[in-house]
Amino acid sequence: MWQKVYDEVKDRNFIVISVAMDSVPGAAEPWIEQAKPTYPVLLDREHRLAALYHMVNVPQAVWIDERGKIVRPTECAGSYDGFRQMDRITKIMPEETAKINAAAKATYAAAVKDWALKGEASEHAFDPEDARRRIPALTESQALAHTMFRLGQALLRQGRTDEGDQWLRRASELHPDSWCMWRQRAGKDDTGLAALPDFWERVDALGERPYHWRVDMKGMPR
Amino acid sequence: MTIVLTEQGEFSAPAAQMEGDRLWVPAHDLEAATGWSLKREGLCKGPLCVPIPAGRETDYVRGDRVNPAGFWAYLGHPVCHSADGSIWAFGEGAQGRAKALRSLEAPDFALPDRQGRLHRLSDHRGKQVFLVSWASW
Repeated sequence: MWQKVYDEVKDRNFIVISVAMDSVPGAAEPWIEQAKPTYPVLLDREHRLAALYHMVNVPQAVWIDERGKIVRPTECAGSYDGFRQMDRITKIMPEETAKINAAAKATYAAAVKDWALKGEASEHAFDPEDARRRIPALTESQALAHTMFRLGQALLRQGRTDEGDQWLRRASELHPDSWCMWRQRAGKDDTGLAALPDFWERVDALGERPYHWRVDMKGMPR
Repeated sequence: MTIVLTEQGEFSAPAAQMEGDRLWVPAHDLEAATGWSLKREGLCKGPLCVPIPAGRETDYVRGDRVNPAGFWAYLGHPVCHSADGSIWAFGEGAQGRAKALRSLEAPDFALPDRQGRLHRLSDHRGKQVFLVSWASW
């Protein structure tokens, strides 16, 4: 979905690096094959990026300037909680919600493009102090959870599924904010999406808390 | 064969032995693999030395063998291992992660594309990078 932004900025010093947090080999393939992006798509079976950048959901993004400095720390990449109003049988979203969803995505994509074209002059690029303030906090439990997740995936790769899954379960329990850990492990529907009743239960249990972190950007829905 | 997963990559430790939460490896193997060497001051790499915790020396060093899992945990990092001790994961503690991110230096990584080619973030130094995650789930 970033192909359009990438194409529109083509001649600048800008690149999209898209990372699939998919632990199951081949799961990401059909999506990559369908989209055929012209920028790098990398496979992150161990969710290394989640550990390094404190990512808890997808899509999340980090903006990194040409000197390798973070100018926007890990944030939701323009998604919105509109899907929570989806009819769970028909999978239809109310029209108004669908509009807000689309507008949020468009606003975020426009901001990425603005930054790609203007660099640090973009209003969306944080100065170091503002960027630093927005680095998400990480707990020791979460750090341990990432380590357990990595161990679990290594065991799964060796075919040691029972023990591997135990470590993945423990990791998710230690890091309940991580939808990446939970959904990676959860049962999937016939399109490969972790959107079975247990997912909806867990989303409902959020109550007023957001599923996607609110993006700190002008024009984003509340 | 014991495999150790670290931030720097995967290491094989053929002569490693598990004793509960201790991982005993020959000191020279550890040095060859990681650059950490056993000195009088403790476990050292370059200018950094981690002293052997007093009164608990035998948890960390026994003869010419070292327990890197013990040292790693002592430094405040998470460590876990499979039940049979064949796979160990040495993680990074929250403080270390937070410090790295607060420096605003984007942590480097190496991940494969579909063709198995490794890509590093640092390959793209000099470009503005929009790093974005997604998943099939």
